[in-house]
Amino acid sequence: MAAVYEEGISTLKAVQAEIYRDKVVLRLVQFSIVWAIVAMGAGVYISAELLWPWLDFGQPWLSFGRLRPLHTNGVIFGFGVSALMATAFYSVQRTSHVSLFAPRLAWFCCYGWQLTVLLGGLSLLGGWTSSKEYAELEWPFDIAIAILWVSFGVVFFGTLVKRRIRPIYISNWFYGGLIIVIAMLHIVNNLALPVTLGKSYSLYAGAQDAVVQWWYGHNAVGFLLTGGFLGMVYYFLPKQAGRPIWSYRLSIVAFWAFVYTYIWAGPHHLHYSAIPEWVQSLGMVMSIILLAPSWATLINGIMTVSGAWQKLRTDPALKFIVLALAFYGLATFEGPMMAIRSVNVVSHFTDWTIGHVHSGALGWNAMITYGTFYFLIPRMAGRPLYSTPLANLHFWLALAGTMLYIMAMWAAGVSQGLLWLNLDETGELRFNFTDIMAGMAPYYGLRLLAGLIFLLGTCLMAWNLFMTIRGRDPVEVSAPDVDPLYEVKR
Amino acid sequence: MTGMSLHKKLEENTGLLIFGILVVSAIGGLVQILPVLNQESLETPTGSTQPYSAVALTGRDIYIREGCSVCHTQQVRPLIAEVERYGPYSRSGEFVYDRPFLWGSKRTGPDLHRLAGKYSDDWHRVHLLDPRSVIPESIMPAYPWLEHAPASGVGDIQKKMQVLQRLGHPYTQEQIEAAPQQLEGLTELDALVTYLQQLGSAVSREEAP
Repeated sequence: MAAVYEEGISTLKAVQAEIYRDKVVLRLVQFSIVWAIVAMGAGVYISAELLWPWLDFGQPWLSFGRLRPLHTNGVIFGFGVSALMATAFYSVQRTSHVSLFAPRLAWFCCYGWQLTVLLGGLSLLGGWTSSKEYAELEWPFDIAIAILWVSFGVVFFGTLVKRRIRPIYISNWFYGGLIIVIAMLHIVNNLALPVTLGKSYSLYAGAQDAVVQWWYGHNAVGFLLTGGFLGMVYYFLPKQAGRPIWSYRLSIVAFWAFVYTYIWAGPHHLHYSAIPEWVQSLGMVMSIILLAPSWATLINGIMTVSGAWQKLRTDPALKFIVLALAFYGLATFEGPMMAIRSVNVVSHFTDWTIGHVHSGALGWNAMITYGTFYFLIPRMAGRPLYSTPLANLHFWLALAGTMLYIMAMWAAGVSQGLLWLNLDETGELRFNFTDIMAGMAPYYGLRLLAGLIFLLGTCLMAWNLFMTIRGRDPVEVSAPDVDPLYEVKR
Repeated sequence: MTGMSLHKKLEENTGLLIFGILVVSAIGGLVQILPVLNQESLETPTGSTQPYSAVALTGRDIYIREGCSVCHTQQVRPLIAEVERYGPYSRSGEFVYDRPFLWGSKRTGPDLHRLAGKYSDDWHRVHLLDPRSVIPESIMPAYPWLEHAPASGVGDIQKKMQVLQRLGHPYTQEQIEAAPQQLEGLTELDALVTYLQQLGSAVSREEAP
């Protein structure tokens, strides 16, 4: 009798061991939403400062130059990376049919990351900055990020190693690419000699520093904001559409082409600058080639929805995911076009770039994340979304905000680009800089409005999801049996 | 079908997948960056390019701290309109002592690479403390806190110069020893103006296009 009892307990324990660890996922989602509101709020605030410069009230920490990196870092590392960690942890368990490896390390990633972003953000307000875009945080934070990133990798790849399904599902490749390539970029680009806790000097100087920085900067966009979020697409899109990936083979081909090609494209940020011309040209050509793997994934995603289009009428999560794909297609087309030197001569240094970034960040990154959150939270709460009409309203606010934003910035950017270069019949400059700058106020006003609309939508989502999960822990889900055909033979 | 069976292995082995991603993603960087890091001409100073003086270096660190490079580029492109507007286009050899580079990516305000000598020191002071008093349409923030903060408070200048020396900047021992003295009595505003007033002055306007 006792033996049977013992056996029963051990079986129970074995089964319990494969209960997915979703609490850490939920916590990361919550942090991600908080950062979205904080960082987008900072964005709205600095866009208002461009209209009313007195809004900094003479305070150094409210000054545009210090708030702007807080906005970008908050969105990318606070909102974006928290969402990526959450979805990576969620999907790697389900595509491996095992619970998370080293769950305590996962909690360390979760809270350690939030602490780093919080203190890092405060340090930016205090004027600690390396000034390299998207790598502004000074060396103590760079080290913290490196440690946390390795921990993220250990949890993620550890889960893959102990998986019970033989093939590694495609979404995991993209998350894996995110972890590995970002680690490489982060370490190489941030190499510096410290002077004090808040000040260091880059190991690279001048033109060489510029090439290294944009290799990092462009591929932070590539492997974090594009590759990482494509991992989200490959798991959550088929799930929500209820259909398998249209072409699994295409997803694999596109993955390798993406990983190979993206890394070359950085120098298009340095057209007509004092770096060697062959580097610029190579960056331009590879940027155009990049259109192929980018759109291969787009086509694969859209074709996956094909046959489930009717769900778009009723399902807010799928609406967001599909709209995100549309903006992904737009941004990955616009990017290569802007990388062409003769287009870049107009677009470079203008608000067109800002518009392009936001068609990616709002239209693609935020929307795919919102769709994913609308997918996750009702499942975790074990009850339907608190309010579908509110989610639909959020959808239209997000779309309106994004469209207004990028159209205002297109108009502003193209105007700046053309007017700066405009010469009269005698070859003299036709417009002075200040006049052109002063003419941007209406566009900056529209952009502020667009940002407010988008932020309002985000707040509605936060409320909606809060009311959905309120007072509940994530529903316990255990790993299902594995099809023997695909089971790992040990 | 050897390609497919090779890929099957990759697809089912975490270690191989990690290795594969690392190798494939590294190629582009290696081909582009290694030659650039080994190109001597990119490390050779142009014209009268010198390491920053103690005061200018302090000013530059204030420029970095306040995020000036968020809205101002330091990169005049070799285009007729830009050369007319700003001055000679930027040469790589002018930036060899720039750690980090401050080329920027956005011109909300004008390019600053050829700023040296365009305005008087007094104009800069007034402009930094209250931009709209000299340019009514300006949307630049004011920097009132620079007026009273001592330049010596921006960090240990000797340690900074020693670190840069270790990175290859040819500072002499005398220069490093004299540095604190040069900062004495100066405000952050003074240091920043000194930095702005030497921007792009290594290439003369008359000699170069």
